[in-house]
Amino acid sequence: MIPSAFDYLAATSVEEAIQALSGAGEDAKVLAGGQSLIPVLRLRLAAPTVVVDLNKISELRGVREDGDAIVVGAMTTHHDVIHDPLVREHAALLALATQTVGDPQIRHRGTLGGALVHADPAGDLLAPAVALDAEMVIAGPDGRRTVPASEFFVELFTTAVQPDELLVEVRIPKKTGWGAHYEKFQRVAQAWSIVAVAAAVRTEGGSITEARVALTNMATTPVRATGVEQALIGQPATAETIRAAAEHAAEGSSPMSDGNADADYREHLARVLTGRAVAAAAGVGS
Amino acid sequence: MTTTAQPTAELGRARKRKEDARLITGRTRWTDNISLPGMLHMAIVRSPLAHAKITRIGTDAARQMPGVHGVFTAADLGAQDISLPCAWQITPDMKSPKAPPLAVDTVHFAGEGVAVVVARDPASAADAVEAVEVDYDELPPVLDMEAALADGATLVHPDLGTNRNAVWVFDSAEAGTGGDVEQAIRDSEVVVKRRFRQQRLIPAFMEPRSVVVDPTGEQLTMWSATQVPHILKTMASLTLGVPEHKVRVIAPDVGGGFGGKLQVTPEEAVALLVARRMGKAVKWTETRSESILAAHHGRAQIQDITIAARRDGTVTGLKVELLADMGAYLRLVTPGIPILGAFMFNSIYKFPAYRFACTNVFTNKTPTDAYRGAGRPEATFAIERIMAELAAELGMDPLELREQNWIKHEEFPFTTVAGLTYDSGNYEAATAKARELFDYDGLRAEQRRRREANDPVQLGIGISTYTEMCGLAPSRVLGSLSYGAGGWEHASIRMLASGKVEVVTGVSPHGQGHETAWSQIVADKLGVPFEDIEVLHGDTQSSPKGLDTYGSRSLAVGGIAVVKASDKVVEKARKVAAHMLECSEADLEFVQGKFTIKGSNRGVTIQEVALATFTSHNIPEGMEPSLDSDYTFDPENFSFPHGTHLCAAEVDTETGWVTIRRYVCVDDVGKVVNPLIVEGQIHGGLAQGIAQALFEEATYDEGGTLTSGTLADYLVPSAADLPSFITDRTETPATSNPLGVKGVGEAGTIASTPAVVNAVLDAVRHLGVTDIDMPCTPQRVWRAVHAARGAAKSTSEHVTDTAAGGGLGSMDVQGGAQ
Repeated sequence: MIPSAFDYLAATSVEEAIQALSGAGEDAKVLAGGQSLIPVLRLRLAAPTVVVDLNKISELRGVREDGDAIVVGAMTTHHDVIHDPLVREHAALLALATQTVGDPQIRHRGTLGGALVHADPAGDLLAPAVALDAEMVIAGPDGRRTVPASEFFVELFTTAVQPDELLVEVRIPKKTGWGAHYEKFQRVAQAWSIVAVAAAVRTEGGSITEARVALTNMATTPVRATGVEQALIGQPATAETIRAAAEHAAEGSSPMSDGNADADYREHLARVLTGRAVAAAAGVGS
Repeated sequence: MTTTAQPTAELGRARKRKEDARLITGRTRWTDNISLPGMLHMAIVRSPLAHAKITRIGTDAARQMPGVHGVFTAADLGAQDISLPCAWQITPDMKSPKAPPLAVDTVHFAGEGVAVVVARDPASAADAVEAVEVDYDELPPVLDMEAALADGATLVHPDLGTNRNAVWVFDSAEAGTGGDVEQAIRDSEVVVKRRFRQQRLIPAFMEPRSVVVDPTGEQLTMWSATQVPHILKTMASLTLGVPEHKVRVIAPDVGGGFGGKLQVTPEEAVALLVARRMGKAVKWTETRSESILAAHHGRAQIQDITIAARRDGTVTGLKVELLADMGAYLRLVTPGIPILGAFMFNSIYKFPAYRFACTNVFTNKTPTDAYRGAGRPEATFAIERIMAELAAELGMDPLELREQNWIKHEEFPFTTVAGLTYDSGNYEAATAKARELFDYDGLRAEQRRRREANDPVQLGIGISTYTEMCGLAPSRVLGSLSYGAGGWEHASIRMLASGKVEVVTGVSPHGQGHETAWSQIVADKLGVPFEDIEVLHGDTQSSPKGLDTYGSRSLAVGGIAVVKASDKVVEKARKVAAHMLECSEADLEFVQGKFTIKGSNRGVTIQEVALATFTSHNIPEGMEPSLDSDYTFDPENFSFPHGTHLCAAEVDTETGWVTIRRYVCVDDVGKVVNPLIVEGQIHGGLAQGIAQALFEEATYDEGGTLTSGTLADYLVPSAADLPSFITDRTETPATSNPLGVKGVGEAGTIASTPAVVNAVLDAVRHLGVTDIDMPCTPQRVWRAVHAARGAAKSTSEHVTDTAAGGGLGSMDVQGGAQ
């Protein structure tokens, strides 16, 4: 279908983009990789007056090291995230989850920042961001501010990013040497996740010393499975302890019912998939 | 006639398709990339409601929009009394609603056209659609077939007095082809009864529908992304009042159809009316959303199946009671689709008694019509599922039960209880080959081990030993079914002066590879190089006679017309060759393109004969100076492909996830012109059949809104979701045509669905599950297992419900997530 008419601005700097957004108010949309915005425009589910394209802002692309963290530019494509050596070494969970996004064409266009700001609860990169304690660097007319992932996702399709702001960087504290796994459950390869589980664990001498578990599509925003994490810490990394800990997976979630899954089935899946994700992350046969 | 030891050069050769380079790169002519001077663009205003009175259509604002040339309702176009054609009056008392191309007073399904906007460009038309104001008074929608038939139900078309379109019955006792099924059921030792649901499917062809109409010139020209340019020409003439000789229809390259473009669409009619009214060329190309919403759907049946048997496994009777959802209107062959399955429920088995009764029902949903297989997938699913259930009931191996009841290869030709005569087949051979490729015994052993170990991932084996009737054809049979046309097919061969050949065919390829296959046939028949042959199709001006492509008919009917026309060319050429060589025709042999005097080196090539005929300076006295030949072929029988499909599926009982572990099919499509094309047809067919089993479903909410309205919600699987297929063939030639070929376009789709569902059930049957509705989604599988385990705990007995088990039948499952 054909979108409604809109003005188009290809910004060449963050400042230019923010200026354009400040002038346009709530009717502006930001175009990153276009993998969500373009379908929404074509279906006329959104009719912005201005579309601000970030694709010419080169400073927003790429991954760098910054002390105890790695910093991923918001416009870094999924493909580049997957193949970046820093991401693979220090934030393996993000690389693994990103591999499950869409198909190669989508991964060459779609961006990390675009996926996070779109904040689709079934999107695959929200839960890893939460599990990895990522920090979102947001630029606005008054400068930059940093919001932790745990506070970034506000509601369905809504984040802490204001209409005149841009997500510019994602800072991820290094989790070097952690085991990681993203367990995704979907109907077909290109469908949204029904439920997915992002898990990262650190083991020492056969025991789990640290654990991060977050769930995709178990609420309108990603759910941190703290009950599972607490049940894992200090426990031997065995199939039994993991299975017992995974029983806490659905606590604190509020999954919806839709054509693919009713809420109770989602809760069941969360428990099963959490067990599998943690076991894989810890290198334990389930 | 072959006098050399060489195999024929082209038949049987796995050539890559000559049309693929242009189709894959898109460097060709599709309807949507046709652009004519001054052409206008149409967009349709569609009803968001399933059932409503239209109280006002406000077009003033839209007319004022920039670039808009007109906004028209049915009344504006004089279309109130036009009814789109339905070519199949299945019973004399069939109820036919008026089917205007735009709704007149009432909308009958969500997505029905209400008005049309005409603008200078597509974007202006799309903008103006949003400015058309339509006021509705909502009426209660009729969505459920059984509720639609209940007393006092809301009527989709009140003027018909009923939601029952027709009841069509075949009874073997009445037809004299078998016994009385009720008697058979009373006398039987075992009766198994099941209700199966054929979910509604969406054809989802790749190229959206598109039409361009040019009203300038003596002949009005219509380009359309259609499977049926010839039928469209005739029907446009019969329904829209354009004399048939004043219409030219062109189907340029067409990107898939699967039956979904076997239609004369409302949009084609509207485009023609608008173009005539405005005196300008007009184009309409649908969006994917429109295609999913408003192009016809397929399947949508409720099947009540009763099978009777003796304890030893011998089947004694089969009773089929169907409810078939027509949707809101009868399109081209809507009411006949379930009837195409009527002769196939008995399949390859020797039932002594059979009864089929189908009740067609109107609902406030998108009209249904042909979708790949059209009636036969539904029949094959039901019989192959009920055979699996009977085997389980009897405690028999399901493959042995089939073998005990199928027609043996020495029994052909065999006249079935449904009155069809199967000309040939060898079910034993196909099954033996499939069984070996599959490692049936090895997988059964693994299944036992997993069951004994209570493995969370269970293994099941599903079987489908199918046959189908295709090559839609015999005109007299179609006549006996009150179909509105014949089933012949036409071909012409034109021998050009330079020795090149043009083959004109009446079939209308939309992805099948006819240009390659027809070239291979003609190359062998005339002995000319493959590259020297051009196949012309899809334009009623160059290919004036044809009945188009559907029902796996192109090769078995249209290809044979090509063979017969080629034979006529050779016979004409033989006369000229004998004249040139000054010998008698009987002294000539024709081998690999050359007429040679037997026992000598003297001869002339067919190219030389073509040139001599072109000049006609010296051809036989009284002979018409042309080698060109036509043939119109009407076969004596359908073709009956068959085969054995075996599916091994792993079911994760913790999540309900189904993985197809191995899929083996051995199909017998008779002689094969191009094995690569056959392989492609099988692969695509399997994908669509498996899609019905596991993935696809058109769903509506309680208001009649389609909730599977995008490809994010209507889940068409991709290669990533399907296993590698192990395919092979046996080759039992059809006796009904000179090539020995049978249709292959639908076989994979027809066969595969029950193989997959049977495999899923076989994996969890020991847990107490007896049925799972299609598509077997993870949630449905998990709930079935969960419910059966719960039942097993509470009663410690096997669940033996006959209906959709575990309450699944009542589950309201909608497609889509976000």
